[in-house]
Amino acid sequence: MSVRVLIPSALRRYIEDKDTVEIEARTVEELLDKLVSQHDELRRQMLTEDGGLRGFINIYVNDQDIRYLDKYQTRLKSGDVVTIVPAIAGGVA
Amino acid sequence: MISINKEALDQIRRHAESSYPAECCGALFGVKNNDTRSVSEIIPLPNRWDGESAKQRYLITADDYIYLEKTAEEKGADILGFYHSHPDHAAQPSDYDREQALPVYAYLIVAVEKGTARDIACWVLCNDRSAFSRETMNVTSS
Repeated sequence: MSVRVLIPSALRRYIEDKDTVEIEARTVEELLDKLVSQHDELRRQMLTEDGGLRGFINIYVNDQDIRYLDKYQTRLKSGDVVTIVPAIAGGVA
Repeated sequence: MISINKEALDQIRRHAESSYPAECCGALFGVKNNDTRSVSEIIPLPNRWDGESAKQRYLITADDYIYLEKTAEEKGADILGFYHSHPDHAAQPSDYDREQALPVYAYLIVAVEKGTARDIACWVLCNDRSAFSRETMNVTSS
């Protein structure tokens, strides 16, 4: 059950400069666990200390935001494309 | 170090002043060699916050980011970082700036005092996300 994960340029330096990786996973949660398990720096940039996804990181499954699917429990099937996209934000407060 | 020409900085200042009292934002395109980022073009973007929120925050959405990646690729450029303004605040990153930043990018902040752009400073988040360090800014004439 292999899915393709598209890595944004902002995070490639933490994953050997790859723009795509293939991961076997049944849910988004499992995919994220596997993605960061061997890349500590990627984990630090994508996840909070509590293990939650940082607010500015967006995950899409076949172009659909997981917030409008089943979030981390969104099921994956072979051939799905998962895209990671950061939003950019900040400000004085 | 970040290298940027005076006209690009003036463009950022004008964007910051015309957006006041809201924050402005945009992207910095160019090339990176070792530790030097050379800005070739700035890409002004709409602040996706509106109303009162836009006076304290800026947002470049995921859709905007996808647009930037495609545009940068077409131009053969890299996304070097982003700029935004701090209306009536110093050109120093806030805690919220730090929470939202990525170490791969440079963050250029322009202070706007009563509608007039003042200091500009450039910052890069350290890898452990604990703090920003200030980047040397080399302003070129062309």
